[in-house]
Amino acid sequence: MRYVVGFGRFWYDFIVGDSIVLALGGVATLVVGVLLVRAGAHLAGEVALPVMVVATLAASLPMRR
Amino acid sequence: MSGSDLLIVLAAFLASAVEAVEALTIVLAVGLTNGWRTSLLGAAAGSAVLAIVVIALGPALVRIVPIEGLQVLIGALLLIFGLQWVRKAILRATGRKGLHDEAAIFAAEVAALRQGPGVGPDLDWTGFVVSFKGVFLEGLEVAFIVLTFGANRDGAFGLSALGAVAAFVLVAIVGAVVHRPLTRVPENTIKFSVGLMLIAFGTFWAGEGIGVEWTLQDWMIPLLAILYTGVAFTLVQWLKRNIPAKGVVGGVSA
Repeated sequence: MRYVVGFGRFWYDFIVGDSIVLALGGVATLVVGVLLVRAGAHLAGEVALPVMVVATLAASLPMRR
Repeated sequence: MSGSDLLIVLAAFLASAVEAVEALTIVLAVGLTNGWRTSLLGAAAGSAVLAIVVIALGPALVRIVPIEGLQVLIGALLLIFGLQWVRKAILRATGRKGLHDEAAIFAAEVAALRQGPGVGPDLDWTGFVVSFKGVFLEGLEVAFIVLTFGANRDGAFGLSALGAVAAFVLVAIVGAVVHRPLTRVPENTIKFSVGLMLIAFGTFWAGEGIGVEWTLQDWMIPLLAILYTGVAFTLVQWLKRNIPAKGVVGGVSA
């Protein structure tokens, strides 16, 4: 049981870490990419991925005084 | 060796060298931040699993292994993990998070090792997994390259494998030479750079896996790294200027 908890904690720390915004943003980035590729908008997909990544990083930072 | 033989060796060498450099980048990054034992053990484990998969499946590898699925999974994990590192590096650079406290980290590591699975006091599982995945995925791509070039005609497989082995040896020598000077770079700078590289690799691989056709192919990775570096430095400057830190949160940062 101790090892199962340790294993689960390892992957939680790996994926969620200090900010769940990053994990959610990463998943959202891929979902948007899949939707654009399936719609045939390949160039939009190529641009959307880095833009979503940048937006995710910015959203995870403290932006208020 | 005929001209066409030489072309097969050269093509396999160049294509494999690109993948080997990508794997080396990740192994070096993990070595510099999580320790060389962790990084090399991860790389060795990745190579061993890869060898088992390649030997077991042989030429059927190209048909059986879902490379796109692996790219999405590994790319997404690297992307999220890299974002965590860059976020922490930005918080440190703007005074919102404490710089590395070795004594406190050691105490936290010992506590974690007592609770969860571990194989030694200086092996970091996170670094091990990142190094393992980088070597496994890139190695798999090299195997695909060797098999693809090798399928061109009879006898081409050996030539293709020769090109790949030559690329691997050359890149390994380069890695052994450059790893020492890199250790002199300040720790937060290294972690910042590593995080940015992981995001670039993660975006590229996950994108390839879901079907994005990168216009510049593998050249997109350094371009993404440059883009993310620019954004990260802009965010640091903006935060410093507009939202001054109230104080350091948390004394320990991994």
